[in-house]
This record gives sequence, C-alpha cells and structure tokens, in this order.
Amino acid sequence: MSTTNRIDDPIVDGLISARSFLTRSDVSPDHRVVHEVGGREGDIFYRDRWSHDRIVRSTHGVNCTGSCSWKVYVKDGIITWETQQTDYPSVGPDSPEYEPRGCPRGAAFSWYTYSPTRVRYPYVRGVLLEMYRAAKIANEGDPVKAWAAIADDEESRRRYHSQRGRGGLVRASWDEALEIVAAAQIHTIAKFGPDRVAGFSPIPAMSMASHAAGARYTSLIGGTMLSFYDWYADLPIASPQIWGDQTDVPESADWWNASYLIMWGSNIPTTRTPDAHFMTEARYKGQKVVTVSPDYADNTKFADEWMPAAPGTDGALAMAMGHVILKEFYVQRQVPMFMDYSRRFTDLPFLVSLRQREDAWVPDRFVTAADLGVEEDAAEWKPALIDGRTDAPVIPHGSIGFRHNESGMGKWNLNLDGIEPVLSLFSDNSESVAVDLPRFDIGDAGSEQGSIIRRGVPVRRIGDRLVTTVYDLLLAQYGVGRVGLPGEWAGEYGDASSLYTPAWQEEITSVPAETVTRVAREFALNAEQSGGRSMITLGAGTNHWYHSDATYRAIIALVLLTGCQGKNGGGWAHYVGQEKARPFTGWAQLAFGLDWSRPPRQMAGTSYWYLHTDQWRYDAFGADDIATPLGTGQFAGKSCADTLAQAVRMGWTPGSPTFDRNPLTLAGDAQKAGLSPADYVVDELTSGRMKFAVEDPDAPENFPRVLTVWRANLLGSSGKGNEYFLHHLLGTDAALAAEESPPEKRPADVVWHDEAPVGKLDLLVSLDFRMTSTGLFSDVLLPAATWYEKYDIASTDMHPYIHAFNAAIAPPWQARSDYDTFTRLAEVFSEMAGPRLGVQTDVVATPLTHDTPTEIGQPGGRVLDWRAGECEAIPGKTMPSLAVVTRNYGEIAEMMTALGPNVENLGTVVKGVTLKQQNSVDYLRTMNGVARGGVADGRPLLKTAEQACETILTLSGVSNGAIAVAGFQALEARTGVELADLAREHEGKQITFADTQSRPQSVITSWEWSGSEHGGRRYSPFTINVERGKPWHTLTGRQHFFIDHDWISEVGECFPTYRPPLNLAALAGYPTIGEHGESHVVVRYLTPHSKWSIHSEYQDNLFMLALSRGGPDIWMSKEDAEKIGVKDNDWIEAHNRNGIVVARAVVSHRMPEGTVYMYHAKDRTIGVPRVEKTGKRGGIHNSLTRLLIKPTHLIGGYAQLSYGFNYYGPTGNQRDEVTTIRRRSQEVQY
Amino acid sequence: MTRIMAQVGMVMNLDKCIGCHTCSVTCKQTWTNRRGVEYVWFNNVETRPGQGYPRRYEDQERWKGGWQLNRRGALRLKSGGRLKRLASIFSNPKLPGLDDYYEPWTYDYDTLISAPPMDTVPVARPKSMITGKDMEIRWGANWDDDLGGATENGHKDPMLKGIEDQVSFEFEKAFMFYLPRICEHCLNPSCVASCPSGAMYKRSEDGIVLVDQDMCRGWRMCVSGCPYKKVYFNHRTGKAEKCTLCYPRIEVGQPTVCSETCVGRLRYLGLFLYDADKVLAAASVENEQDLYEAQLDLLLDPNDPDVIEQARRDGIAEDWIEAAQKSPVYALAKKYRLALPLHPEYRTMPMVWYIPPLSPVVDALANTGHDAEDQGILFAAIEAMRIPIGYLANLMTAGDVAVVDGVLRRLAAMRSYMRDINLGRDPDESIAQSVGLEGEDLYEMYRLLAIAKYEHRYVIPAAHREAAEALEETPGCSLDYDGGPGMQGAHVDRKGPIPVSIESFHLAKQRASADQHAGLPEAGGER
Repeated sequence: MSTTNRIDDPIVDGLISARSFLTRSDVSPDHRVVHEVGGREGDIFYRDRWSHDRIVRSTHGVNCTGSCSWKVYVKDGIITWETQQTDYPSVGPDSPEYEPRGCPRGAAFSWYTYSPTRVRYPYVRGVLLEMYRAAKIANEGDPVKAWAAIADDEESRRRYHSQRGRGGLVRASWDEALEIVAAAQIHTIAKFGPDRVAGFSPIPAMSMASHAAGARYTSLIGGTMLSFYDWYADLPIASPQIWGDQTDVPESADWWNASYLIMWGSNIPTTRTPDAHFMTEARYKGQKVVTVSPDYADNTKFADEWMPAAPGTDGALAMAMGHVILKEFYVQRQVPMFMDYSRRFTDLPFLVSLRQREDAWVPDRFVTAADLGVEEDAAEWKPALIDGRTDAPVIPHGSIGFRHNESGMGKWNLNLDGIEPVLSLFSDNSESVAVDLPRFDIGDAGSEQGSIIRRGVPVRRIGDRLVTTVYDLLLAQYGVGRVGLPGEWAGEYGDASSLYTPAWQEEITSVPAETVTRVAREFALNAEQSGGRSMITLGAGTNHWYHSDATYRAIIALVLLTGCQGKNGGGWAHYVGQEKARPFTGWAQLAFGLDWSRPPRQMAGTSYWYLHTDQWRYDAFGADDIATPLGTGQFAGKSCADTLAQAVRMGWTPGSPTFDRNPLTLAGDAQKAGLSPADYVVDELTSGRMKFAVEDPDAPENFPRVLTVWRANLLGSSGKGNEYFLHHLLGTDAALAAEESPPEKRPADVVWHDEAPVGKLDLLVSLDFRMTSTGLFSDVLLPAATWYEKYDIASTDMHPYIHAFNAAIAPPWQARSDYDTFTRLAEVFSEMAGPRLGVQTDVVATPLTHDTPTEIGQPGGRVLDWRAGECEAIPGKTMPSLAVVTRNYGEIAEMMTALGPNVENLGTVVKGVTLKQQNSVDYLRTMNGVARGGVADGRPLLKTAEQACETILTLSGVSNGAIAVAGFQALEARTGVELADLAREHEGKQITFADTQSRPQSVITSWEWSGSEHGGRRYSPFTINVERGKPWHTLTGRQHFFIDHDWISEVGECFPTYRPPLNLAALAGYPTIGEHGESHVVVRYLTPHSKWSIHSEYQDNLFMLALSRGGPDIWMSKEDAEKIGVKDNDWIEAHNRNGIVVARAVVSHRMPEGTVYMYHAKDRTIGVPRVEKTGKRGGIHNSLTRLLIKPTHLIGGYAQLSYGFNYYGPTGNQRDEVTTIRRRSQEVQY
Repeated sequence: MTRIMAQVGMVMNLDKCIGCHTCSVTCKQTWTNRRGVEYVWFNNVETRPGQGYPRRYEDQERWKGGWQLNRRGALRLKSGGRLKRLASIFSNPKLPGLDDYYEPWTYDYDTLISAPPMDTVPVARPKSMITGKDMEIRWGANWDDDLGGATENGHKDPMLKGIEDQVSFEFEKAFMFYLPRICEHCLNPSCVASCPSGAMYKRSEDGIVLVDQDMCRGWRMCVSGCPYKKVYFNHRTGKAEKCTLCYPRIEVGQPTVCSETCVGRLRYLGLFLYDADKVLAAASVENEQDLYEAQLDLLLDPNDPDVIEQARRDGIAEDWIEAAQKSPVYALAKKYRLALPLHPEYRTMPMVWYIPPLSPVVDALANTGHDAEDQGILFAAIEAMRIPIGYLANLMTAGDVAVVDGVLRRLAAMRSYMRDINLGRDPDESIAQSVGLEGEDLYEMYRLLAIAKYEHRYVIPAAHREAAEALEETPGCSLDYDGGPGMQGAHVDRKGPIPVSIESFHLAKQRASADQHAGLPEAGGER
C-alpha cells in the first residue's frame, strides 16, 4: 500500500489501523472501508423487526378497480404491515405478469386497524339517544312507538336534525343501536311504506358478500336499493347507447397487446397504479403512447406525445380525428378491413328515413320491417339495410326483433347469410338532398342550443319514404364531402372555419391541427397494419362532464371506424369506478333477495338525490335550454324535474318512493274496489287520485325516511351538491348560497312548495371502520370490521381473477363485519316486526327493463305520454310494470340466512339468460349445510360470509364451468351460433371459496360477459360478438353510431358530436372563467382522482398525508396564483353558489391557466379550517358541485335505451363547474 | 492483484417509474414506523426537477458529503480529514436539521369521535410528532411531488446548475420524472469512512452497508459523510440508522421489500462481482466524467473463466457465481450499458444504478421535427424530448451528455426494432446496427426491460452461513426488541403522539381487548 493512497493524516490513520487489530473487522488496506461478516449481535434489531408469526391473504374493498391480493403480516395477534402477493396465475411466457399488484394507498391500509380514527363501538347522536330513552319509558318500553313519538314530532325532529355533524355522538350498546334502527324502519314501513327505507352501498365487486348482506336485507323488507355507478358519473352513458352494455372493458394485461395507445382523460399511473406497468412495458414492444390531458399529468411522463386539450373539449378533438379517418380511410381510400367491419358489426349500413323540415331534410328514424310492410313478429324492431346483391332492402338477422320472441329462436345472430350490406347510397347518378344537422360550437351567446349546418346525403325512395344510410349521414355529420352532394362541406384540414376540421378543433382545444391530423392518421394506420390493435383508455377526465355521452360517442367512433372493438389489444378501455363483479349471477341473487322475492326495489341514485336533496329547486336552466333548434319542441316549458317525472310515469326510469301512498295499502284497496292491484293502480293514476311521489317530492309523505349507508362515504366523498344534502335532506348547517329557480324556470308538472323542506330524513345509519363525514352526520354509527378482519371475495375488470378477503385477526373492540351486522339486524327486525307488521302485500312498480321483453315496449323511440292522452296507460308497456309481492315481516331473518327456492323454481335471470339451478342448490346444501325449521327449512345456509361467498361462486358461470356451459347453450338456442365450446374446457371446474383463499383464481369464460378467456387469452370485451356473431344487446344488434329516439333527436345527439362544457355563466349567471380582480379569480373547477387517496379512503391515512401536503389543497397555475397574490401553500377559499372550500394552494406550472384541481375526494375531517367569514367548517370537494340532470339519460323502453340498475340513468356529473378563488387571511382557526 | 468480492446491486429503470411511492410506504411500514425515526424514509421517491429529501441534499458545497481528490490527486473525504471531524464531533455544522428533512406530524384524530356538541363539524388538526403541539404544515417528505410548488422552489434544485437556460418552469415546457432512492450500498462508502466509532461496516459477503447498533455512539459523522443523505439519526435511541437492503430477506434469497412491492416492476436485484483491490484507484480517477467508466471497469465478467477461478479462490460459493452469471443488474449496467450510477462524482462508487427516462416530445418540435407523411417515424428523436438531457447527465454522468444520449438511443432503437416484430414484419437490423448492437441484443434488452418475471428481476442467492446461528427468517422470540411487545411497554414513551405502528403493539392490543379506549381521552365517550 503506497502512502499516497492513504486518506487521512498519519496519526489518525494509525489509530484507525490499530483498531483493525483490536476487532474482527476487516479494514481495507487503504483504511477506506470496514468489512465485516454479517449476522452479528448488532444486526439483531432489524432481524427481529422483520420477523412475524404468519401471513394472511386479503385485499382492499375500496372503490378503485384495484382488487389486489395482499399479504397481511401478523405478529403476536396484531396486524403489522402488508406487502403485495405475487402469486397470480401466469399471463403467459411472452407477457409481463400481474405480479405484484398494489399501490401506496393499499400498502398503508393496516394503519387503520389500530388508528385513533377507528370506530370502535356503536354510537348514537346524543340528543337523539336521550329522547329515545325517554320516549321508550313514556311508551311502555315499545321501541316503535318511542321512535314514532320522536320522528312524528316537529320539535323533536329539529332538535336532533340540527345537531347532525356537530359532534356529540355517544356510545350505545349494539342491542340498543340496532333496536333504534329496526324501530325506525318498522315505523316507516307501517306509516309511509317500505320504499321510504333505502340502502346505499356501491361497487359490489370490491367485497361482494359485504355488499350483498345489506342489499339483501334492504330488498327483503321491500326497501329501495340506490344505484351508484350512474350516480358516481362513472357510468359512461355512451356504452349502453352504443353497445347495450353497461360497460365492458379489457383487462389491463391486454394493453400489452395494443400497438397504439391513447390515454384520454385517464391518468393510469395514478388511478390504475397496479397495472400501469403494462403500459410502460408495452412501449418497449414498439407501442406508441399518446396522452390527452389538460395538465401535465403523471401519465404524460410516459407519452410519446401529449395533446393538452383544454378541459371539456375532448369531443372537438375526437370529431376532428374522426373527420381525418373518414376522409382518408373511407372516402379517399377504402380500407377493406374497416369496410368489412363496418358492414358486419356496426349500424352504418342501416337505412334511415328522412323527415322534411323547412327547406331541407333531417334524419328521422331507422327504417324497419314494419315500414317496409313486412308482416311478422316484432316488425317494428327489425331495422333494414340494402343488400348489394339485389340492391333492395332486406331485414338481416340479429336485431332486437329476433331476441324476445319464439319466431326469433336461432336467428338472433350477426350472420349475414350471403347478404352484402351496402354502406352508402352514393353513386355518380344517385339522387341527393340537403340535410340540416345540429352543431354546438357556435350559436346564440348564452345558449346551449347551438346552431345548424347544412350538408347533403345521397337518397333513394322506399315506399313513401326518402331514405339514406347511417354511413351517409355520418359522413355528412363529420363534414366529409363527396362530389355532387349539396350543402356546406369542410375544406382543407387547415381551414379553421370548417366544422370538424383539425384546424377548427385547434381553436377550441389548443392542440395543434398538425398533431391531431398525424395522430388520427397514425391511429387508423396502426389499426390497419395490426389488425385492430389501436386502443383508447378513457377515464373520469372525459366522463364526468354533463355532455360526456356525446364526447364518448365521438371518441368511441374512432375505435369502431378502425375495426378495433372486439379485438385483443384494441378498442375502448374505460376505467372509472368500474369494478367488475365477475361472478355476477350469484351476487345478484343474494344481493337483491331474488331467491325469495321478485322484483326488488331499485332506484337510480342521481334521480333520488336530485329530488330528495332538493337540488331540483335550484335549476337555472330547463330541458329545452339544451335542445337543438332542429328540435320539435319536446321539451318546451319543461324543467329537468318535469322530464324526470314524465320518464317515471312512462315507465322509463324508476321513481322511489313510488306513489304518494303506502304501497302496502294498494292491494287491499284494490280488493275493496273489486279490481286487480294493477288495474286499481292504473285507475287511481289515470284518474289523478293517486300521484307518483316524484311529482311532489317535497310533500312529507314522499320523503325518504330511513337511509343506511355502508361501504361508502356519501357525505364526505360522493355526494355532489354536498351542502344541499346537509341542508334539505339532513336539516343541519350548510354553506348553501344558491338562489332557487326563478318562477319561469320552475317545473310545470312537479309541485312547488313555497317553503322547501329542511330535514327530510328521519334516521341516517352508517357502518364504517373509520370516521368520515358520513359517520359524523349519522344518527347511528356502527363499528365495522376492516378488510383484514372478515371473509369475502373480490374481483375487478383490471384482471381476470377472483380472490379472497380473510380475517387476519378477529374484529377488535366491538366491530362486526357488514355481513354479521345485517344478519343480526335482520333478527332484531324480524322479532319486532313480526307481531307489528305480520304479512303484507306490497305493490312494486318497475320500469321497462333492459335485457327483458319489456325493453321492446315503445317502438320507434317515439315519446307517448299516457298522462297527455297520447296513448293508453298499460303497465309494462307505456308505464311501469306492476307486481305484487307478499312480505312476511316476521320471517326476514330466516330468509336472510338461507338461499330461497326461486333459484331452482324461477331460475337465475341475467342478461336475458334464465337457468334453473337445481344442481347448484343441491351442491350448496352439502357445502353450506341446511336450515332447520321455519320458512327456510332445508334450504342451503347463508349464515356466514363464507357461505355467501360459496353461494356466489357456485351460482355464477365465471366460477362454475357447468353454469357457463349451460348459459352458453341457452344462448346457442337463441342465436343459432356455436358458443358453448368457449367454456367447455372448464365444464367440470368449480372455483370454491377455499380456492380463492389459496391464491387468485382465473375465471371461466361465461355468457355473463362478452369476451373470451378461452385457451388462456386476455379478456377483451365483445370478442365473442366479433368472432362468433353474437349480437350486441341493441336495437340493430350492432354497434350504434345512430340513435333515433325522440329525445335524443331533440338534443341534437343522433350522431357523435361535439358539445362544449356547459356555459354556466350564460345559463346560470355564474361569473365567467378568467374574470379576475386583485382579490379573486374565476376558474374551472375540476376534481380528478387523487394520487393520495381512493376517493376519501386513505385521504385521512397518516402515511398518505405525510407524502402529500397533509391537508386540503387545490392545485392552480402560477398565472392564476399571481393574479391574486397567492404563493405556494397559502390558504385560499374557493366559493360558488353551491358552497365554500378552505384549502391550501399548490402552485405549479403543471397546471394550465384558468383551471384548478381539487383532487377527489377531500373530506372535511382532516386539517380543514373554518371559513373566514362564517366561522363554520370548510366544505369538501363536492361542496362546490351540484347535480345537473341531462334528460336523455332518463330515456327508457326502447331497446338498449332501457333502464337497468347501474346500466342507464342520469349521471352525477360535476365537471362543468366554475368557482371563484380568493386568498384568505393566513391565520386560520380550527 | 485481484481480489474478487460480491456485491448485491440494484437497478431502477426510471423510464418505468410511475412515482406511486408504494416502495416508500412498504419500506416505512416495515422499517421506520416507530418513535425516533418518524421523519425517516429509508426509501423515498423524488419528483425531479425538485429539491429532494432532505432539501438540496445534492448540494455538496454545503453538505460536504462524499469524497474529493486533494491537490495531490489523493482521495479525501470532502468533509475533511478524520482529525478535523473528530474535533467537530460535538458540533457538526454539516448536519441537516429537522427543517431540511421535515417536521413529522400527526392529527388529533380522536376528536372526530369524541367531540362534544359544538358549533360546527369536528376536525382533526395537525400536531407535531416531535413536540406534540399544534402545528402548521409547511414542508414534507415529498413536498415537490408532481411539480407542486415548482414555480417558486424549482430553481433551488441543485441539478439545474449549468443548464439553467434549458429549464423553465412554464406550462408548455413542463417535464418531470421520478427518482426513487435508497442507500447506495457503495463500494467506496464515505459514511463508513466517516464513522469515528467503527460502527459502520460493509458486509464482506454481499456488500450491504450497515450500522452496528451496539457500537454506534451517535456522532452522526455518517449522516454528514453520506452525500446521498441516506444515513439518518434516530433521535430517540441516539444512534444512526439506514437502509439495510432488507438483509433479513436478502439472506434467505428474497428481494428487498421496496423491490418486491414495486408495482412499476422497475427494480432489479442481483450480484456484481468486482475487483475490491481496484476500488480506490477507480474512485480516484481525475476527471469526474471518467468515473462512470472506471466504475464499470470494476465490474468483472462473471462468465470469464479467469474471473470464475479467482472468485472461487476468494471464497465465493458456486451458487453465488452462478447467480452472478444470471445477474440482471450486471446485464443492465455493463452488458447493455443502460443503467448509470447516481452521482458518480461523489466518488463513492454507488451500487444502485438507474436507467434514465425517455420522455414526451416538446410539441413545438413535434410539429416541425416530424415528417407527418412518413408513417414509419413514430418515435421522437432524442433531441426533441422534454427532459433536458443535460439534467439527466448532471444526475448520472457528472454532466457527460454523450453517455446519457447513448442510453436513450439504445432504448429508442429497441422500441423501433420491436415495433416491426409487433406488427408481424421482418425486423430491421440496421436499427440495431445504428446503435452498435445486434438485433438479438435489442430483443434480449426488450425481454429484460419489459417482460422479466419475478425470478428474472430478482436473482438473489441465499446466504451461505451454514455455521452461523439464527439465520432463518423468523428467529427465536420475535417480540423482544426495543419497543416491541416483548418489552412490555417499558420503552414505550407515552408522552406525545405515538405513531400507529408496530411500536404500539401492546397499547393496541390492550385497546383491542378493552371495552374502553385505553390511553386515549374519553371526552366524547359514554355519559
């Protein structure tokens, strides 16, 4: 060793080297580094820290589509931490695997187990409990009378309503808490009707047994279950409109198969964290990645190109891309693959009649067999096209007219049997006419109605009709001209004055025209070269807008036109809140008590909250404000609430509570009147003696009375119009500043009370393991087991597996699983209700329902209102179906805990497939054991969550090969095409709950879904439709570009179009975005999904708070911050007519000017100061939003536009919102 | 003279990092969720540009971490000789303060449940975990996340030095990427050299750098000596703590927690065989930009018969040699030269390597730089990318842009080459040749970067310590450690907020079985 290599002074060096002789250490000759052999005493700390007693598999039942399997570490009976499982079944040798799946939120979950925010005991609002105990003494100990004394007394109501959310919860015993809940429910059922009792719990897939327990209880007592997918605005309305399917998307491993990927308003690294790697990895395989996002979002880091479209303008971008694709790949050059796909799998070749309007024509309706004078079954439901062989109209198989009747057996398929569908009627000598089409990019200032553009289409005459094709109209819509057609056509791409050109969109979106042109071209060319492997992932950024259905249709058109849908690696991939309950059939039986009684009561969430939180009273615009000038006046004088009332009475969409009477009285009254219950109801309604509750939601008899919320945070997260909830529904403090609708905007049909009700709800019950706003505002709060303390199953659309929750420890303190809570509540309820309610007859009204024969109730999409005398009132056709259900209220507990006989007698009914499952029931008898005595004697048990899981798995095709095969066989009979082979490889396979506990289990290809996993391939939706010719569940049986319903026409959305964000400044008197002074700036207010929480879950988690800004924050651009003198981390207040938020500013150049983000969902529980002016607590992110109903979401009775729970209904959209931001005093009070 | 030693190394592919911080959370939950280290993140993830954690830790003009060459060209600790540092043991000016990290906080969550009737909604307000008092949150462990506050603080990023003209904090020019960091387990660790107590050591069998908790006297010279600021001070025990590379897991062949839980699948673990006798010379090369090559030269080819022979002589077991041959980190660092060391200029020879990120193109350039008619050109030219290459060079190559450029070109070539295969076309060999590789190389790179399954990402031989005791994953009594349940709460300090953690096991357990809240106020309880 040379001295020059010494690194220290000689003296010290000497000291150091001396040590090398005193220790066993191996000091390097240059004295630079000490080497020692590990595993010594000094290391023991970390070795001990790592050690643990056992590892338990579980997952997180949170609304995130993650459904990741985790290892929960347990030490000395205490949960310590978690890491991801890595044992997913393989995706195959040439693909990345699913391991590991998880995210930081999930990794921080165990914190909740012992955290101080844990709800450990049952709590009751103190003032209420005091009154209840006193009332019980005053009423000889009768709980129901005691409850009635409080709930029916205005003074008492005010006392505890006004205390909601303001502390003062006190502990109660489980028995007492459940007694209060049961008493309130029994009183409500007796006095107002069971439909005044409601349950809310979202996303069953995230813990199916936990969801099913409460939903089953609610359904069995005749209560109303509220939908969530539409309410969350996660339902892409365009999906039922185009495909007749709620939502069906590829698993994330299929991104790997795409060779071109556009992430459009979907921030995958943040919102699909466990799966983002498939995207990053696919790039290495030569996939090109493009993002569309108004901010420099996390996913943009991975993109080859970023298209920063201004918020809400995505439709313009998509229309321009569609313009390029139609022009270059359909007109200038015809790509055989695209043409073939369009002919077979879309409605493009179908004939549309034109209607004369002033000096031009407008699209009217599909031409059907009835129009052609063909006399056959369901002729009005069989659209026609031109057969190229004969040049004559023909009725191809596969439309909905072949679906629900005997004559259609074997014909509901997409086989063309030699027919050559003609896409266009255009030829050198074709006749053509001018058509007027709506446009919304321009129009009268302050109007949403837009304007008109005149184009032209080739036509021919069939009978007395002038007809063209959907394709010809589509080209007209996109402005892609052909020589000789009349009207105004788009010029060059660079012509900004031409509608739908790339240059036109640049002025709207700010994305350069050249970029859009190139990306559109690449996208289509990639599809051509790869056989349809161009994919677009979509998310909340595009879906949470008022007009998101129009936007989505414009975007989805891109994957349809390029033949990508129904192909692995291609098509749309919508990921917002869409957790796929893969074993759907079994879950649905349990959740809605279908095994005992049908139909269940279900309600569209948005409609429910819109009415019962009185947001309808504040509407500043009516339905006709969004109609096109081409409309026929369908909405004239109608408020949005009026359209809802109309839709309910026409049987389109549910209304709950249903009538202004207790439905338990109707059958008896009918008997007295000598009528059947249905006839009696029709009589009472048509005579005007009885009304739908929706027609007078503010009358006390129509209030919702008891609401139970579990697995959700309605008041701290999902409730759009939060302050309206607090004020009108709960009757407590709220920061509501909105003015009610001016008289001329008030409803015509719906009754207006001069004084709006304050405090409608008698009892709010919630179950949770952590303290949220919903808990804070609840009257009864029950301690729930966490996800590591119970048994359940989970699945998602992101991966093809089902796997288990397991109890790593027993629920601590007095916590109980949801399953155990509801089975116990059922016992308490039955015991109390048996003597008081006994056996009752309940009249249940249900809308015309998708995938049932009632969906072909109202042909042609014509709106005929029996109330207006336009048609006869016929239940199940022109108005809701009416059914009579017998309820034995003393037997609820017995039914709750055993599987009822409808499973084998009536069969399970899902997506139109009915299976009488005798074998499954026999199997479950031996697996679960049977009930002894009572109404459920000999039935398979459902006493525990494990038994419920076993039942769900047994009854579903994805987990029981025999059921998958049987369902496909039923479909084979209807379609006449081979399908059962897709499942036959797994016919003998049955996934048990024990299997899911051992490791994630791959699902079996089933008729419950539209894709195939046959042979280990990746799930992609609609591959069965494309490969086997099984129709979509739509009018034509094909994928729809054109929708011909009257109300859709009225709003100008027959075709994909661009509708800008609502101009709330003009519509509702909001300040204008960009307006600012020294102290305030007006901005667009968006609530994208957060990096540090899953909705409000985890936003209170100490780890997530430590890694983020630790409290409420709003992201804003430096430009907007500068305008009002705001620095990073300054306190600001955001306010608009809906409410007030106090937050810190996060200032970043990542944000575009004019837009702020308050990431969804900041509850008011953590670090939220008081509002400067009022001294009240600042609000949540949804304090600044409110509900806006789009009437077209209410349509029903018309093929794919028919109601289904979570399938179709108005969305709780919230992105069109605007807020004012100001810098507040930096001294904050808590 | 060659003396071969084995080193467990890590590669992180920044091009895949989604910035999710799962690694940080699982690491913190496992290792530092206890009193005394509330502010400590053995693994953290930084958004760059940004100041990092602790703030501006890369500013060695201030912190004097790592090594430097003296006027004679000899390697010296940047903080000065040991005598100088011994003299300043009681006042170490180069030690980051709590402000440079952040003041850890919690909330009075219990208020939410226990609040009596009040005039508005109860709220949990922030409380300092150090003082237990109310606090306002002004800085955190990840304050810069996703460019938050960058318009005000971005210019404080030390890596902008020299490239200020290339970076502006404007919307149109926004760029970012994530940098996950753990201890580098350096071949030439300045922390070990800084320790006056001899408490720090580098394990001879696998190169993991550790603090002997028995010997540590809390001088904190290691904290200032480490240029990455990855040694931390436990203010409760008074001892230094740092990332242990999860040795209790590594020893039994399991990947580190941060690796296994990385959902971006961007981490690789494997062995390097290196020439221990050449480390000093390599760390002492004059030109900072030569340090990367010098470091690469230390890494020996595990398939070279001479290396194998020498390794055997140096006592490296056969299965370790085989593991070294299958090492993904060797392939990424040396064979394909994709992974680069973080701050080679610190001369510590760091053993956590990084593949630099590709990034989107700047739109302005996309419009002019692309031939819209040529559909073959799908991927942007390196020059058109948003992340200034100089920034990456400042991080990984002491400013040598050409090296980073080479890596990015190889990555881009792989994508172009694979696109043809993806679309069922014959691959274009000229693409491989343009970056000096064979098509087979690009294909193998692709398999390693995109597909590599668990057993290919983590190639870790189990420790050979047959003679040693208690090496199983769960030794003896798992509970008898400081603050653990075996200690019966003797060391549980009940003053001030207690992190909800492994540390409060017994408290938690009492609560779990008690009918009343134990040890927590009962203000809103039964009455």
